Amino acid sequence: MSAERPDALTDADTEALPSAGARLAPYLYPALTLAGLVVAWEAFTKLTAVSRLLLPAPSDIAATLVSALPLLVHMSAITAAEFLLGFGLSVVVGIPLGALLVHARPVELAVYPLLVASQTVPKAAIAPIFVVWLGAGMTSKVLIAFTIAFFPIVIDTAIGLRAAPPEVINVVRSMGANAFQVFWFVRFPNALPNIFGGLKVASTLAVVGAIVGEFVSAEKGLGYLVLVANGELNTTLVFASVVTLSVLGVGFYFLLELVERFVIRWHVSARRPETGTM
Amino acid sequence: MTAELRTPGSPVEAARPPFVRIAGVEKAYRPRGRALQALDPITFDLGVGEFVSIVGPSGCGKSTLLMLVAGLIPTTAGEVVIQGQRIIRPYTDVGVVFQQDALLAWRSVLDNVLLQIDVRGLDRRRYEPTARALLARVGISGFESYYPGELSGGMRQRVALCRALVHDPPLLLMDEPFGALDALTRDQMVLDLQRLWLEARKTVLFITHSIWEAIFLADRVVVMSPRPGRIASVLEIDLPRPRRLGMRESPAFGRYAAAVRQRFQAFGLLSET
Ligand SMILES: Nc1ncnc2c1ncn2[C@@H]1O[C@H](COP(=O)(O)OP(=O)(O)OP(=O)(O)O)[C@@H](O)[C@H]1O
Ligand SMILES: [Mg+2]
Repeated sequence: MSAERPDALTDADTEALPSAGARLAPYLYPALTLAGLVVAWEAFTKLTAVSRLLLPAPSDIAATLVSALPLLVHMSAITAAEFLLGFGLSVVVGIPLGALLVHARPVELAVYPLLVASQTVPKAAIAPIFVVWLGAGMTSKVLIAFTIAFFPIVIDTAIGLRAAPPEVINVVRSMGANAFQVFWFVRFPNALPNIFGGLKVASTLAVVGAIVGEFVSAEKGLGYLVLVANGELNTTLVFASVVTLSVLGVGFYFLLELVERFVIRWHVSARRPETGTM
Repeated sequence: MTAELRTPGSPVEAARPPFVRIAGVEKAYRPRGRALQALDPITFDLGVGEFVSIVGPSGCGKSTLLMLVAGLIPTTAGEVVIQGQRIIRPYTDVGVVFQQDALLAWRSVLDNVLLQIDVRGLDRRRYEPTARALLARVGISGFESYYPGELSGGMRQRVALCRALVHDPPLLLMDEPFGALDALTRDQMVLDLQRLWLEARKTVLFITHSIWEAIFLADRVVVMSPRPGRIASVLEIDLPRPRRLGMRESPAFGRYAAAVRQRFQAFGLLSET
């Protein structure tokens, strides 16, 4: 409960005085920090005259971002398709599997220990096997992204479904709700904040998975571009690719946050993003 | 006293068929392997349209008894029979107010009240005016679109009360519904509940910690012992209706309150030294 959090007092404070500064602070501070770092970086490269093979200046990277834009956009589209499909597959498999863990005892007994044990296997190590099985095309990347991303969705879904308050379940039972209705009216909506937590973690993991897949073997994508540029000692293009990748990942994360804020408007973390996270 | 002289709502238990029969109902929990006797055998009836209050010390098994009557947990021994039907699964022709408001955080105030309608598959449009009227009656109008997380504890409990009433059930089970209210709102809610009951004559099982609340509302007050809960005594409350707050200071009311208090003192509760 929010009232019991030690930071409840600061919550009340920011709510009492919702000035423009207080509302912009969550965006302003990281932006300023980032700007500061970029300026320091630029100054460092200019002052030390470090080789641009080792560390290109931000201005060089920006120039490459512009000149190589068509290439970057093309590669981004490939990588985005890979991690979006992998993420989508994680959602489609992860949420029902989480529900089965909670509602079907045999499934829990049979699958849960293996599921947890499987997470100790380093996924990057099995990525080459996927490529051997499925070829160097998109399918292997999608499946690698899926294998890395689906676990937090399963676990967070199961946690959220289990956390439904018993008195709320009793209320709907005395209205005549059957097991499916208990799920639909209580357990599932109650689990949504957890599910979104899992989705956000999964979104970043899916990006990692797609890149790992491209590193192993690919002819397209941002990960492939990083490898190629690196081989040609075009460090500036490597950095430009990484920046593009970050923009993709962060953009997807914020898209999820937007959806979350719309879907669970009722939830504290959705209403007060600046203090309700974690 | 004869039945004809009684004001409406006075106990005429023999003349009425029982609506709810609680026969030797017993409950033992097994928390972490250890047996815990929450309720010793309890036997009493609720007549049709009767208002019965239960008072008892904390932890004596009042909430447990309510859950047993609602068919939400199984009895260890004995049986609950409602309108001739033995309760072995949740009884649904009922409105329940639990000790915790048990509102759904993701539904607005109005949608929480209409949850009753949605789960039962009834026509939402037909019941929405009823829901709004009930909310207005308990002073929640203007908050229909708020989420429970944006309400005070007392407001949430009033929403839970509306939810229990919106489908007009013949039986009401209420577990300390006014526990989280301030004294003033509480007085008002008690008066409102009495008025509702006088209009609709539902059968009510009303659990409370408050001795005056129990007496003020009830035809009969069941006093329970500390855990494992037993019926310590049953008081017929023979006060005219509608009852007024001022009656709390009347000698007759004082005698009932003293009787309940003395039962508690006999258990070693309410030590005055
Ligand atoms: N689910 C449960 N598992 C194990 N023990 C329980 C459970 N629910 C209640 N009990 C125990 O049963 C006893 C009676 O609990 P109950 O909630 O019925 O008391 P109560 O009279 O409603 O108390 P209060 O007035 O404080 O609400 C308590 O000792 C409690 O610890
Ligand atoms: Mg209780």
